[in-house]
Amino acid sequence: MTQNAENVLDHLELFRGPEYQQMLANKRALFENAHDPAEVERIREWAKTPEYREKNFAREELTINPAKACQPLGAVFASVGFEGTLPFVHGSQGCVAYYRSHLSRHFKEPTSCVSSSMTEDAAVFGGLNNMVDGLANSYNMYKPKMIAVSTTCMAEVIGDDLNAFIKTSKEKGSVPAEFDVPFAHTPAFVGSHVTGYDNALKGILEHFWDGKAGSEPKLERKPNERINFIGGFDGYTVGNIREIKRIFEVMGVDYTILADNSDVFDTPTEGEFRMYDGGTTLADAANAIHAKATISMQQYCTEKTLSFIESHGQKVVSFNHPVGVSATDDFLMTLSHITGKAIPKILEQERGRLVDAMADSSAHIHGKRFAIYGDPDLCYGLAAFLLELGAEPTHVLSTNGNKAWEEKMQALFASSQYAKDCHVYPGKDLWHMRSLLFTEPVDLLIGNTYGKYLERDTGTPLIRIGFPVFDRHHHHRYPVWGYQGGLNVLVKILDKIFEEIDKKSNVVGKTDYSFDIIR
Amino acid sequence: MSLASTQSVAEIKARNKELINEVLKVYPEKTAKRRAKHLSVHEAGKSDCGVKSNLKSIPGVMTIRGCAYAGSKGVVWGPIKDMIHISHGPVGCGQYSWGSRRNYYVGTTGIDAFGTMQFTSDFQEKDIVFGGDKKLAQVIDEIQGLFPLNHGITIQSECPVGLIGDDIEAVSRAKSKEYDGKTIVPVRCEGFRGVSQSLGHHIANDAVRDWIFDKLTPETERRFESTPYDVAIIGDYNIGGDAWSSRILLEEMGLRVIAQWSGDGSLAELEATPKAKLNILHCYRSMNYISRHMEEKFGIPWCEYNFFGPSKIAESLRKIASFFDDKIREGAERVIAKYQPLVDAVIAKYRPRLEGKSVMLFVGGLRPRHVIGAYEDLGMEVIGTGYEFGHNDDYQRTAQHYVKDGTLIYDDVTGYEFERFVEKIQPDLVGSGIKEKYVFQKMGVPFRQMHSWDYSGPYHGYDGFAIFARDMDMAINSPIWKKTRPPWKEVPRPSLMAAE
Repeated sequence: MTQNAENVLDHLELFRGPEYQQMLANKRALFENAHDPAEVERIREWAKTPEYREKNFAREELTINPAKACQPLGAVFASVGFEGTLPFVHGSQGCVAYYRSHLSRHFKEPTSCVSSSMTEDAAVFGGLNNMVDGLANSYNMYKPKMIAVSTTCMAEVIGDDLNAFIKTSKEKGSVPAEFDVPFAHTPAFVGSHVTGYDNALKGILEHFWDGKAGSEPKLERKPNERINFIGGFDGYTVGNIREIKRIFEVMGVDYTILADNSDVFDTPTEGEFRMYDGGTTLADAANAIHAKATISMQQYCTEKTLSFIESHGQKVVSFNHPVGVSATDDFLMTLSHITGKAIPKILEQERGRLVDAMADSSAHIHGKRFAIYGDPDLCYGLAAFLLELGAEPTHVLSTNGNKAWEEKMQALFASSQYAKDCHVYPGKDLWHMRSLLFTEPVDLLIGNTYGKYLERDTGTPLIRIGFPVFDRHHHHRYPVWGYQGGLNVLVKILDKIFEEIDKKSNVVGKTDYSFDIIR
Repeated sequence: MSLASTQSVAEIKARNKELINEVLKVYPEKTAKRRAKHLSVHEAGKSDCGVKSNLKSIPGVMTIRGCAYAGSKGVVWGPIKDMIHISHGPVGCGQYSWGSRRNYYVGTTGIDAFGTMQFTSDFQEKDIVFGGDKKLAQVIDEIQGLFPLNHGITIQSECPVGLIGDDIEAVSRAKSKEYDGKTIVPVRCEGFRGVSQSLGHHIANDAVRDWIFDKLTPETERRFESTPYDVAIIGDYNIGGDAWSSRILLEEMGLRVIAQWSGDGSLAELEATPKAKLNILHCYRSMNYISRHMEEKFGIPWCEYNFFGPSKIAESLRKIASFFDDKIREGAERVIAKYQPLVDAVIAKYRPRLEGKSVMLFVGGLRPRHVIGAYEDLGMEVIGTGYEFGHNDDYQRTAQHYVKDGTLIYDDVTGYEFERFVEKIQPDLVGSGIKEKYVFQKMGVPFRQMHSWDYSGPYHGYDGFAIFARDMDMAINSPIWKKTRPPWKEVPRPSLMAAE
């Protein structure tokens, strides 16, 4: 028996004992109808070949290990960024259980969201009653200041009309007539979570700016000097938005963060559960129409939102998840240009420190080959940063990246001498990435938690940057934007590189050399 | 220390009833009426817990429940490791359930095992408009090309499939024929079916019956040679290795475990199960259907068991052994005796730290009742419990074998109710899921996830009990819970002045 009370062994150690190993071997040999180990080995090797890669890339309908989620996840993420707002997803209830679990596993925080719990009868007759009852219950129980409605694919397939349903619910007294219930159709079979973020945010702004679904006159824009800021779907929202606020404050910029979920995904443990915390106030959401300009940090999360804002007369600018020196320079110069505020010395110093750090360490990164996957904007931002470190983003893959993104990536590659051998893969998944890593190996992989399977199978060390990160804690609390954020990303990359060098050189009597104390 | 230990049962019942009345006040009248049927205070001697169950969740209340797809793909089918499970529909369902349930297995993932992979047909708008059957046929072809060692394929339907009139059964039949009788199982587990995960379990069980048992070939029959001691573990999903720390005990007592349903399971094990002499059923809720079917069709008896905590483990080992001869009965006694020193040591170490602590549970499947014995073995008391998707037969079992007089019962609890109950009762520990974990930890209440074992486990069997005890101790007695209030905000305790 391996277990003992003094030193309790859990799954990590317990099953390595001889009793369990023997038991598992017997199970396999006697009951599993397992393939001959030689055959398993043969297929395993075959799956590493260029021939397999070709077959793998010829896939048209099967998706394996995608790096994207569905629209309503993004809608929920955006909605909780408004003051006292309860996301309400119209459709099957299991979906909401999934969004809540998914976000909670990443942020290690509660995620509050309700469903209209549609079942078979609603599939036949439509979900109007579910909306009417659901809004009344949510409003009474959770006392929100706003309920932001989005949809699951079920409601979209049967064609429920949110606008009409919400109007009817108000007529039936589910919520007061003047209570804010913005909505967005977010079909899971179109786009991905970044599309859902876009649709939900646009839905909320449209609600406040364009007359609350016909119940009030549209707002008239009276331009002021404020700047609206949109972060997009971002696993680092907690750290990033706080860093951006600090930057705005040191520059003296008047700003409104739209969909500011940095507090609700980082509530203190003080003996009280805060279902709502922080967030863009509803007044600010409405007044955002008067702003001078809107800056989006993620173009592909905000395409519809920005064109909506632009149509109301504002200047709009978007970035692609800017990371590093030049991208942050661009962001700050744009901000300075729009606001007329100078970039203060403190930010110049931070810039200098990031450049200093990159100069100190660049010898370890220069020329290293990377594979990156994730949301389109994040991939772009990280690839650009690697290029300014003299590294090569050899494979850049985004399951939810489109043709326009592909072209933008190509243009980035064309701008750098380090990107001669770099390729972009829109619409591909992590099983494609697996073939890439076997047939064109790289030094390091950057991606979310699911990259650990690629790391295990291909031996490519994984640097966890992206969403979701389930198996490492608290990284979302640190920014990756701004010069400070760039420093965080640099350190993450360097730590992995140094750990790998140590791992490769730590065999006593064999690789005593290279196991250096100073690097 | 909980209120429970300082109050009489009558006082507790009165308090719990008052709490129920209080939470019902928040609802609109119609909703309050419906929710009232799901909340109760257990009366000793009653045959059930006095609540209605397995009814639709109410829109907008923040139910904790999932859907039929979660019950089929996430629970029953997903762990079958040598089959490829296609999440058929849009990308999300497969993505959110990818690798999150910790159904441990051993195999070469991507080659002869597929448990921690996400296969999806990733529906686009055109598939909704034109139907997904052609796509599905091609998905199966592509799987066959890239994963030649897969032993079978299941099609886990997501909501749109049932709404757009696809005929996944026809595709499955045609493709099975094309690939020499390959096992291809269509599962109609669209998320809008039923009221929770539960119908998904049932549909998944029926799919095993119709697409595996009804299609057994002489060749699969021949592959297997029976012995008098063959049993199948039914309803253990091997979370954190639970089925393994159970299997080892059964083997040690002389039984031969021919199949695991479905944690670390394989198609061959499903196919061999009609040859079992006894089916032993852990998660009654998710797999009683197939157990009943095997009883009717193949004459295989089944018995429920409980491998949480030494009292229930010993009781269960003896119960299982009672279906066999003296050799196995002696084997059961030998196993119980072998592990007694471990049990004694675990209890000696942890019981003093946990004695009298109170627990509130809200979980799915078997756990709202099955884990109660394990807590009691450690001197703890479960003062509130409820099922995410239980039926009346679950509440009957709970009432007759597990809960004490006065226990607060909450079926399909809403976020609001659960928060108020915990806030007022202030248990020493809450055991529930990831969606609840951080809510209660913010409130300063120790918490363990009782679906995923909070990434620990196994909790089944004697080896698992040691881990269970360790984990409950580290949750409840973590020094962090003393620090949730800043010291400058602590209410100063009146200092005792020495008497002159």
